[in-house]
Amino acid sequence: MSNATLPPRHGGQPAASKSAAAIDRAKAAGRKALIAYLPAGYPDKQTAIDAAIAVARNGADIVEIGIPYSDPVMDGAVIQAATTEALANGFRVADVFDIVAAVTAETDAAVLVMTYWNPVLRMGVDEFSRRLAEAGGAGLITPDLIPDEAAEWFAASDKYGLDRVFLVAPSSSPERVAMTVEATRGFVYAVSIMGVTGARSTVSSAAEAVVAAAHRAGAERVCVGLGVSRPEHVHEIAEYADGVIVGTALVAALRDGGVPAVGALAAELSTGFAVGSYVSRTGAGE
Amino acid sequence: MELMAHVPTASSPEPAGGNDEGMADAATAFLAGGHGQPEPDAGHSLRHAPGPYFGSYGGRWMPESLIAALDELEDTFEKAKVDPDFLAEVAELNKNYSGRPSLLTEAKRFSQHAGGARIFLKREDLNHTGSHKINNVLGQALLAKRMGKTRLIAETGAGQHGVASATAAALLGMECVVYMGAEDCRRQALNVARMQLLGATVVPVTNGSQTLKDAINDALRDWVANVDNTHYLLGTAAGAHPFPAMVRFFHEVIGEEARVQILDQLGRLPDAICACIGGGSNAIGLFHGFLDDASVKIYGFEAGGDGVETGRHAATITLGRPGVLHGARSYLMQDDDGQTVESHSISAGLDYPGVGPEHSYLHDIGRVSYEPITDTEAMDAFKLLSQTEGIIPAIESAHALAGAMKVGQRLTAGLATPSDIAIIVNLSGRGDKDVETAAAWFGMLDENGQVKGTTLSTRAAKDTAPTANADAADPNAEDASNE
Repeated sequence: MSNATLPPRHGGQPAASKSAAAIDRAKAAGRKALIAYLPAGYPDKQTAIDAAIAVARNGADIVEIGIPYSDPVMDGAVIQAATTEALANGFRVADVFDIVAAVTAETDAAVLVMTYWNPVLRMGVDEFSRRLAEAGGAGLITPDLIPDEAAEWFAASDKYGLDRVFLVAPSSSPERVAMTVEATRGFVYAVSIMGVTGARSTVSSAAEAVVAAAHRAGAERVCVGLGVSRPEHVHEIAEYADGVIVGTALVAALRDGGVPAVGALAAELSTGFAVGSYVSRTGAGE
Repeated sequence: MELMAHVPTASSPEPAGGNDEGMADAATAFLAGGHGQPEPDAGHSLRHAPGPYFGSYGGRWMPESLIAALDELEDTFEKAKVDPDFLAEVAELNKNYSGRPSLLTEAKRFSQHAGGARIFLKREDLNHTGSHKINNVLGQALLAKRMGKTRLIAETGAGQHGVASATAAALLGMECVVYMGAEDCRRQALNVARMQLLGATVVPVTNGSQTLKDAINDALRDWVANVDNTHYLLGTAAGAHPFPAMVRFFHEVIGEEARVQILDQLGRLPDAICACIGGGSNAIGLFHGFLDDASVKIYGFEAGGDGVETGRHAATITLGRPGVLHGARSYLMQDDDGQTVESHSISAGLDYPGVGPEHSYLHDIGRVSYEPITDTEAMDAFKLLSQTEGIIPAIESAHALAGAMKVGQRLTAGLATPSDIAIIVNLSGRGDKDVETAAAWFGMLDENGQVKGTTLSTRAAKDTAPTANADAADPNAEDASNE
């Protein structure tokens, strides 16, 4: 593959990376980072803010705010239902900046935005980035933007000091892992399984190999997502990764039990980081 | 994958035998005003554009999980398209299975409604399975076999691509799962049954607008999870590289045949060619044969639905907002937030809010004119062709016919002998699948949805199918019966 159109490479992790700093703080505390995904505007803007604050106060080092999108091809049924509802309730893309600002003001968590690429393109990559930085956001996770197509995003993320979290998958070739690691700032998002988001009873064994490949390629921080829903998953992944990403289980908790339930689940997931064994309670995840 | 080819270049020159105009750089000619005789310049040919980019369109806006599969597909396709054995295999199936070459039929009575211009129909409706879709499906299914895949998945709108995919899977002994919007299942129930009869599983999609775009989303989700043994047989010239260039490759036979046939029947190139545009696969196949012929005007007709001014339409290029959807940058029906807008068309096959990236490029450089055709205009043309030529067209193709009527009237205006003007229309599919939609449109149904005048028999109804057969029906039938 040609790298002729790839933007300038950025090998190091500038100290300014908010998500890297959050992961390093967790490490300094003797554990790994917990990264919590919640959709913006679900079920409404204020509840989304309250839920994000709740997970940050219950152990999440990084909060991932997802922008609801009409065609979420990487999402399973639970998240898709939530984001569809948020859109039906009138969510507008610019609302995400208010949510980011509120969560940043109230907590110490780094706040990333996870978004499919077209909403960013529509607003303008530079304009979106400027407003995200202004709101205190850490950067973007881009599930359908690969570094090969990210020239505009490279320029804007450098200009505004934002993290760019790209994904690596079990199917990624060593060359693509290396290229993606080099393009990334903050952490590399290791997709645990060939599939879409959704809670699963076990975490794929492929995850460890994906993390190892990214570490081999020079990634300092690699976090695992997709299918993680229980403290025992957190415990297992913490053995080899730098952070654990939970989405669907939290969205389901928010759906079924509101803000208290999502806070409680975050606290319970955090117990997975305990050395040796952890306190397992019933009712975790799905 | 080569990502730096922002300018399409000729991978193979115009075959010998074309006239000088045929060698011209059509885009340059157009931008210069389209007059005169530009110098032949095969180096700027618009044909065989290899992707991944067509101007600023195309590319791979896809999850990383699928990049390896796209790389494998690209590699397999690039090798196959220069492999004489593969090309012979495709040619053999085209000839002895699909029934190619398809006819070029002059529509002499229909011509009177197009200003008197001579109208020639490229009869893709006569292909096995009833549309152009079989061309692409056979090619991709053969590629899937080469990659060792055993399972085909496909999306379908009108059902024609799903039927074609199910057909190819049956022919080559592969498993087939077709994702189809639940709304489209309702509109095209006959095609659901056809797919099931061919052994395919039809999955009705109830997400979003329950039409083609949502079927593609679910097919992509399936592909991510099953990419090891599964090929996603995308049915239109859209999506991530290599799909747009690859799907066009398998449809280029339409334009190649039409060019030879018109030269044979007319002794010269046509003045204009017309095709309907959903994703744009039948159109790009026809257009490709004439892209470098500067004298040939090229028209793509989008679904104007209730009228572009109503917002209820599928006229993606006419609306004019580039974005990324389903893996490619192209024109896209979207709102101010970049959310995909639901498209509307009486034609399930054109009811898609995106369009293939090569069409966006051909629009921007002015080589092809894209115009909307309303439901009403299309249905008028549908009826007209049926009753002047004895050919019931697919409603999709009726959009091209309606457009050709307008083009014919324009090009013949003021001419003493309008029959000097010749137009090729791609009759991309037959209308059998659309009989119910058309019957409803033309008021032929009673309040119970029965064709008026068909319920007068006073004899007791007789069962035509033994109950035992109904019990033994494919369990999948339950899925399809919910529309």
